[in-house]
Amino acid sequence: MPQQLEVIQKLSVHRGKVWSANWHPSGKMFASCGEDKTIRIWVQDKDDWIMQAVLSDGHSRTIRDVAFSTCGNFLASASFDATVSIWDKKGAAFECNSTLEGHENEVKSVAWSVSGNFLATCSRDKSVWVWEITQNCEEFDCAAVLNLHKQDVKKVIWHPHQDILASASYDNTIKIYKEDPSDNDWICTATLESHNSTVWSIAFDKTGTRLASCSDDCTIKIWQQYEVGNEEGIITPDNEPVWKCVCTLSGYHDRSVYDISWCKQTGLIATACGDDHIRIFRESETSTKNEPIFEMETKILAHKQDVNSVKWCPSTPGLLLSTSDDGDIKLWKFNNA
Amino acid sequence: MELENINPNVFKKSDERIITEKEWDESCIDPIDAREVFDLIRSINDPEHPLTLEELHVLEENHITVDNDKNEIRVLFTPTIPHCSMATLIGLSIRVKLLRSLPSRYKISVAITPGTHTSENAINKQLADKERISASLENSTLLEVVNQCIASRSNR
Repeated sequence: MPQQLEVIQKLSVHRGKVWSANWHPSGKMFASCGEDKTIRIWVQDKDDWIMQAVLSDGHSRTIRDVAFSTCGNFLASASFDATVSIWDKKGAAFECNSTLEGHENEVKSVAWSVSGNFLATCSRDKSVWVWEITQNCEEFDCAAVLNLHKQDVKKVIWHPHQDILASASYDNTIKIYKEDPSDNDWICTATLESHNSTVWSIAFDKTGTRLASCSDDCTIKIWQQYEVGNEEGIITPDNEPVWKCVCTLSGYHDRSVYDISWCKQTGLIATACGDDHIRIFRESETSTKNEPIFEMETKILAHKQDVNSVKWCPSTPGLLLSTSDDGDIKLWKFNNA
Repeated sequence: MELENINPNVFKKSDERIITEKEWDESCIDPIDAREVFDLIRSINDPEHPLTLEELHVLEENHITVDNDKNEIRVLFTPTIPHCSMATLIGLSIRVKLLRSLPSRYKISVAITPGTHTSENAINKQLADKERISASLENSTLLEVVNQCIASRSNR
């Protein structure tokens, strides 16, 4: 019987840790980055993934994260050198046209809003920055500096349909933000507390009403949003939706869980763990909104060292990308997608 | 700089490993053990005193565990005083020395012996955060201090 999760290709070109990789919205390209201070652009050539470009002049320290804009024409990179670089995609080449400065030290994560109006970044300096983007990404103006976390902020992500931002931190919490329409100030609308250690990563489902989080406490948590006036009768203070932890998956992971990806097409959840494994979870048929049940479909020894990131492809169901401390990037096919 | 612990207790060093005929036998299966890990880190220098972590009993062989089936190595260290501000630096030095010396398959954890430091949990969390460790090693000033702690006495 074939393995449920099969490796399609292994790409061993980075030197040292590969911290992150992210898909182009087309699903036909992705970017990877790491300890070697380079970004590498990968494209599909028939059945093989090949390296199309190396961007090596953007940062002076580790590149922790990369993200393509929703329009697909821009790439942002976040580095331990405290800056964020914006790269313009010009055919097969990439040109660095802006560098965003403002964070005091390591930038850990970068994310573009789906609307194309905003970019978010976060850092060990405990802040989350929201940058407003003018037409064609020519200028980035700081719209807000959110100093609400008590410790480093590890991850920022945007809601799949609205300009709603979420951040995860070393202070064990997740925070949700939005722009206050009355005065254009960014405000924190919810703080999600339940993890017992650093929250390394978070992912929305396709609707944006559910959030999955992974942590150094070796658990995965599923959070449900309850709107104002919800039928369950859950109280919503300040007329803002509340988020409740409705499911905790413990006992599956043996070490820190560094990344989580929730497939917008199949609903499958993949996790990247410090025990070198990738695990895939599927929501059970008997699952309900208020008491969801997730079952582990498969678990595979994926890399020789910690798995740092996992990302489901936005176009091909079951295609998964992973990166590791062992210097490798791997592409996987999940056969039961 | 003023010393925090002016007069620390100094202990006798353990004896060198006895070399037997077996050490020369190539066919002998010889997994990494606690003594071997201890030998890698016992001579790390204390940041304050001209003494090694072994001589100050910050490191002891019986506080090291090696699980070769799970590829896990756990080192507990004991700060000389419960409010020692150097504890994070000492832990970082131990971790860096082991990361540089041991095969990459090992999952290494370095933590404070329970009950021996006032900020035990905060320091343990910091030493377990691989992203912070990686970033700190790109800080050239800090790296120089760590390298000085790790450098063996004879090279100084």
